[in-house]
Amino acid sequence: MAMSPRKRARLWRLVQYGVLLVLVVLVVLLSDLRQLQLQFFDIGTITPMFPDVITIALKNTVLYTACGFTFGLALGLVLALMRLSSVGPYRWIATGFIEFFRGLPALVVFIALSIGVPTAFPGREIPGDELGIATLALGLVGGAYMAETIRAGIQAVPKGQMEAARSLGMPQARAMRSIVVPQAFRIILPPLTNELILLTKDSSLVYLLGYTIATVELASFGREILNQEKNMTSLVVISLCYLLITVPLSIVVRRLEAKAERAR
Amino acid sequence: MTPATTEPQIDPDAPAIDVNDLHKSFGDHEVLKGIDFHVDNGEVVCVVGPSGSGKSTLLRCVNLLEAPTSGTIFVEGVEITDPDIDVDKIRSRIGMVFQSFNLFPHLTVLGNLTIAQQRVKKRSKSEAAQIARKNLEKVGIPEKEAAYPAHLSGGQQQRVAIARALSMDPDMMLFDEPTSALDPELVGDVLAVMKNLANEGMTMMVVTHEMGFAREVGDKLVFMDDGLILEEGVPSAVLANPKHERTQTFLSKVL
Repeated sequence: MAMSPRKRARLWRLVQYGVLLVLVVLVVLLSDLRQLQLQFFDIGTITPMFPDVITIALKNTVLYTACGFTFGLALGLVLALMRLSSVGPYRWIATGFIEFFRGLPALVVFIALSIGVPTAFPGREIPGDELGIATLALGLVGGAYMAETIRAGIQAVPKGQMEAARSLGMPQARAMRSIVVPQAFRIILPPLTNELILLTKDSSLVYLLGYTIATVELASFGREILNQEKNMTSLVVISLCYLLITVPLSIVVRRLEAKAERAR
Repeated sequence: MTPATTEPQIDPDAPAIDVNDLHKSFGDHEVLKGIDFHVDNGEVVCVVGPSGSGKSTLLRCVNLLEAPTSGTIFVEGVEITDPDIDVDKIRSRIGMVFQSFNLFPHLTVLGNLTIAQQRVKKRSKSEAAQIARKNLEKVGIPEKEAAYPAHLSGGQQQRVAIARALSMDPDMMLFDEPTSALDPELVGDVLAVMKNLANEGMTMMVVTHEMGFAREVGDKLVFMDDGLILEEGVPSAVLANPKHERTQTFLSKVL
């Protein structure tokens, strides 16, 4: 049967819509909506979760992530500069560190810091309680990743930028600080935000350290309620809380990218 | 920065640039094969030659963007090839203009012109801005101070780059093929700015393919080929009567 390419494309599109419609109708017909609502959107479970899920759990997740990310960013910048150093041993140390911590699951780092360190050095502990350990663990893991991102960003700044800065009489370190690093950060803003989103999720590993009602973060809080209520609703609520952090981040990044694009 | 570096003593009577037996190799490849080169105060010297002849490398050695392999370079009587010298001090007295402009894309035009004044010369923000505006006026784009480099044409970007170098009050200016990356209709604006600068008595070393500029503005023309200076002299004379065969071949291609 002869059919023009445009007609064929239209027909194909109609078929795709048709399949989608059939699937949606099937799902709606086959699922027990009443049961779904009870299990996933149970008002009786939702109400008592507030305000604690926001004022304690969400706040702690943000706090652990922010502290870990800040430490990781500083560590990553130092490691990136070490990787680019002309002094061999600095490069080797940085490379070793990055490879080591990039290769480890965050879970292992949390176990090492929370259980391993006190076992190996009795009587000593990492200062700052849960927050201290969380900052250190998330920072070590995140920093190793961010180091490679930052290094790539610095190398992506054209060589002429450093030359122009130096030829104006800026010393190397000043040119780095005022000219190269600010441009590198614009380039790596999207991957850094990805890292922040990853760390937000990794912060759930703080559950390993044990928690009190004051230090609980989102994931543990959700599981606690799940155990009490035998109902998925609590997980839906905390999932939305995670999205409350990550979706605005994505929007901010898209705005910054658009702005950088205009200035390019 | 460190106490070990010696404060350079400028000799006002010494030539602006004095290069002696300069060699430069990249790995096994020798780019400069013994250059003696000289620029007097207030002189405009144009360096021409085929690509790969080493003219840009020579220019970049003068402010140590490339480290010479051997030989000496004196700038205003100071030996900049002396390892104890404070390179940053020297560089802030030598303005540099690149083929690819190299404006700082994350800063506005005004920011491009003030950052080194503030960070290196320790000028106040308002003083730096005042000097920047004076120089933007000079290159003919005073209305663009709030724009980002990306919003300027190539010719405007290069004029901003010239104004940026001038804002450091350099004693001399180095131009590395300043018009080679420009659309033909934008070349004239940049050359006009450079001509004004020459008329004001600025010492200039210009690597260029613009023979018209060399003839009209240059005090001296230097022809380089294969890492050596083959010929130099008054531009009109060299252009009209090239002595060396390779100069003749080159000029017959570009004129």
